[in-house]
Order: sequence, then C-alpha cells, then structure tokens
Amino acid sequence: MDNAIETIDLTRRFNGLVAVDKLNISVERGEVFGLLGPNGAGKTTTISMLCAILKPTSGTARVNGFDIVKQDMQVRKSIGIVFQDPSIDDRLTGRENLYMHANLYGVPPGEQKSRIDSVLKLVELEDRADDLMRTYSGGMRRRLEIARGLIHSPKILFLDEPTIGLDPQTREHIWSHIEGLRKAHDVTMVLTTHYMDEADRLSDRIAIMDYGKIVASDTSAALKETLEGDVITVKTKEASKLSSVIAGTPGILKANVVGDGLELTVRGGKNLLPRIVEAATKNGIFIEAVSLREPNLGDVFLHYTGRAIRAEGGEELHGMAAIQRRRIK
Amino acid sequence: MTEIRGIYTLWLREIKRYLRDRARIVSSFVQPLLWLAIFGTALGTLIKIPMPGLTYQEYIFPGIVGQTLLFTSVFIGISVIWDREFGFLKEIMVAPISRFSVFTGKLLGASTDAIIQGILVFVLGALLGITFNPLVLGEALPIMILITFGLVSIGLIVASFMESLESFGLIVNFINMPMFFLSGALFLIRGPGVPSWLQIVAICNPFTYAVDALRTVILGSSWQPLYPLYVELLVVVCFDLALIAIGTWAFGRRK
Repeated sequence: MDNAIETIDLTRRFNGLVAVDKLNISVERGEVFGLLGPNGAGKTTTISMLCAILKPTSGTARVNGFDIVKQDMQVRKSIGIVFQDPSIDDRLTGRENLYMHANLYGVPPGEQKSRIDSVLKLVELEDRADDLMRTYSGGMRRRLEIARGLIHSPKILFLDEPTIGLDPQTREHIWSHIEGLRKAHDVTMVLTTHYMDEADRLSDRIAIMDYGKIVASDTSAALKETLEGDVITVKTKEASKLSSVIAGTPGILKANVVGDGLELTVRGGKNLLPRIVEAATKNGIFIEAVSLREPNLGDVFLHYTGRAIRAEGGEELHGMAAIQRRRIK
Repeated sequence: MTEIRGIYTLWLREIKRYLRDRARIVSSFVQPLLWLAIFGTALGTLIKIPMPGLTYQEYIFPGIVGQTLLFTSVFIGISVIWDREFGFLKEIMVAPISRFSVFTGKLLGASTDAIIQGILVFVLGALLGITFNPLVLGEALPIMILITFGLVSIGLIVASFMESLESFGLIVNFINMPMFFLSGALFLIRGPGVPSWLQIVAICNPFTYAVDALRTVILGSSWQPLYPLYVELLVVVCFDLALIAIGTWAFGRRK
C-alpha cells in the first residue's frame, strides 16, 4: 500500500520569507510521525498545507493518495485535525460541538450517536458532555478536540502541538489518550511539537525541522545513537574561555556555548568530568554547577542545528493567551 | 446531501447561540423603542406627513422595521470575526463542504436571527398602539426575508476582509448610517422641497426599495408607493444575488 503522506518539494513562502523549503517527507500508514522543531520552524505551515487550508507556493503533497492542490475535498474527508489554538464553539455544549462536526463531515445520522458516545468515552468526558464548553478547563477542551477529530474515522489524524499550555499532569493524561487511540483506531498520526519529551514518548519516527527544512529524520533511538556520546553541561559565566582551555582534550567530540554555560558531547563522560573541572580551576574559571547525562532529543536538535531548541516560554504564553481570550469574550 | 446537512448544522449553531444570548434579545427591543416612542412622538409633532390620516409614528414604523433588519443583519457579520479570533472558523474551513455551503449556512442562520428581531418590532409597534392590520405581517415577512439576505451578506463580506473587531465596527457604520438615512425610512425622499441630489442618491440605495415595499404592504391604501411593488422586489432580488455571489467568493479565498 502507498504511504499515508508523501510530500514533493513542498514549499511555502510568505512575502519572500521561506516558511517551508522544498520539504520531502513520507509518512507510512499506521505510524506516529513526529515533527519536532522550535517555534517558527514551519511545522504549522506544513500541517496547514497538508490539510488543504493553505496553498503551497510550489511543490505538492499526496495525503491518503489525494493531491492537496487538485483534490482538496478528498483530502479534507480523509483527515482529522486538532489545531494548535482552540477551535471549539464555547457557547455550545461538548456534545453539540461533536454533532456539528459529525454533520459537517457527513457522518450518517444513524451512526452519529454511537460514534459520539464512543469518542466521548475514549477521552473520558461522558459526564461533562452536556455542559457548555466555556465551563471546561484547558485540558478538557483539548480532549474534546481530540475526540472531535476522530468522529468521522479519519485515515490520518494531525495533532498540532497537542499539549501546549497545559500543566504536566494534564499533558501526561493527554499522552495516554493519544497512546490509547493507536490501539483503538487504525489511524496514522502526524504530531508536531517543540517538546522533546513529547516527540520522544509518542512518535515512531521523528523528523527534526528547522528554518523550513528537515535536518534529520529517523527513529528516536537511532537519532540519539548518532550522538554516540554523553552530554556534560557546565554552568559558568566564562563558557567561551573554558571552551578554548579544554579544546583538544581527548574524548571531547563537540563543544557548544549555550545560554549560561557550555554543553559538551563527550565519549566516556565519567572519566572526563574531573579533568574538565581540574582544567577550569587551574585557569581560574569559576564553575557554578556541572551535570552528566545520556543524550536526549534536545541534544540531537543541538547536534544538527548548532542551537538549543528555543525556550518554549513565548509560545506557551501564546497558547495560554488563546485560551484566556476565549474566556474573556 | 452532505452539503445540505452542513448548511443545516451551521444554521442550527447560529440559532442556538442567538437564543442563549438573552442580552442580545432584550437589547434588540431598545433601539426600535427609542426610535418609535421618542423620535416618532417628539418629531411627529413637528413633521406633517402629506398623506391624510397618517401620523408620523405610523409613517416611520415600516422604516423602523427595515432599520432593525439593516442594523442587526449587517452587525451579525461580526460573528465571523469572533469565529476567526476564537479559532472556530478553522474548524469550518477545514471541513469537507463547499465554500458556498459555508456561506449559505452562515447567511441563513444570521438571517433567521435578524428576522426574529424584525418580527419583535411588530410586537413592539402593537404595544405602542400603532395601528396596523396584524395580517400584514404575512405580506411583510417575504419582503423582510428578501432584504435580509442581502444585508446579512454585506456584513459577512465586510467581516471576511476585516482583521479586527474595531475596524469592522467602523466600516459597518459607514455603510449602515447612509443606507438608513438615505432610504426614506424617516422622511420622504420624493415630493416638493426634497433636493434633487437626495432623490438621486436615495434611488441608488437598494435599501430604499425594501423600505418602500414594506411601507406599501403595511400602510396599504394610505401610502403611495415610489414604484410598483414588483419593480421594488426585483431590485431587492438583484441586490441579493449580487451580494451572495460576492460573499461566496469572499469566503472561498484560500490563502
């Protein structure tokens, strides 16, 4: 069988600015594909094009075998989407939102009730289904949106930053729902996120996106393996000085000055750690803190882009603001 | 079939939202009340309508029915901006139904709200002691529906081009006020002493024809229509078709 998604030099420009740059990715049927990258990397633009909301400037893609430019109606029928920002009508109840969705997607009236009941059960919102959406918490809204995306049994489900702006407990809750989905439904999922842990936990394969391009793409484990080393983080005000002092020490594979310190990719971290501290002391560099750990996806990102994944603070606020705005109305 | 169910569900949404918004229903009484009770009575002592047996209040009553339809219809466009602001518009735009159906669903829902407001003005008129045959509502209703389609379309079109609520409010006032004042809703636009430029502008205003048609059916034989009723209805229908076409295009723009 053909792939769920296949992009061919997919490109989108906004007033000369390239948001997505000749993207070529393929997503296999039944897998969870994670698109990981910082804010502004082009993830949402990519998803918008794949959902036929936004027209590509050049190139195209096939989603469930349909061309996103020429067969946009068939594409829309094949997909479900959970948008990054809230997209529910908060003057209606949860159930009313779901019925509306079912009607918009042409779910036969005879099947609507049973499908709605089953998705409500999946996200554990049966007892709140008849309350107005405006009384829901952020996490509940998100769960209802996930439920909504499934009513018409889409072949492909897009989740754009599904846990943005949510507290850790709610995130955990939503992750387990997403994992539950895979077992209950035969659905391909495309997930975008700027949270490393989220991509790591949910995805079968991950593509790291930066400035509209894919910089690396593989399974989470394989991506980490490419680093073949431990990560030492040294917190100091004189990171660049330390970097030049220890340059050339055997075992240090890579050194990056980040924020308030130095991040080193090394082989044999345990033995190297005392040597680095020693070198620093000898040269009068004050070290505030030091840590050693196995590589995570954040390091992979750093490895491929030379930059730490940008702080999520800004977007988190944005997500919260979006939710807040709905309440103010 | 999918398209019709899509239109139905979008229509139903507008109705539910409207019926749940008590403040909107109550406030819809206020403006026509001010016009009819205060403006109609106070100014009525100064203005003589050259039609025998017709008070000024009775004269403006059909105009105020029209005014309510005009203001409510055009302002409902703001819901499109709310939907965009709160993200709901994306849910509709990504759905597998045609842009024509999206526009039509919104149009029918908003028109229903406006028509309900218009009917409430009749209730208000009766409470204020304005004499009219209750049966004329049956004749006025088709005219009200016809003009409302066009007026709601104006609001939806403006909203589809506006980025913010504030700019929507500004633009809409530039449309509403001239359409209202230059329609003959409050004063005669033909007769001795009416400047010719005003007559010309009023004739170019499609809303004039709706107001006059309403006046023709509500006031009956005591009113001398500007044009035959069928001509006025034809103008309104053309106005509707043009705006629905523009509206479908405006909603269908994909960036």
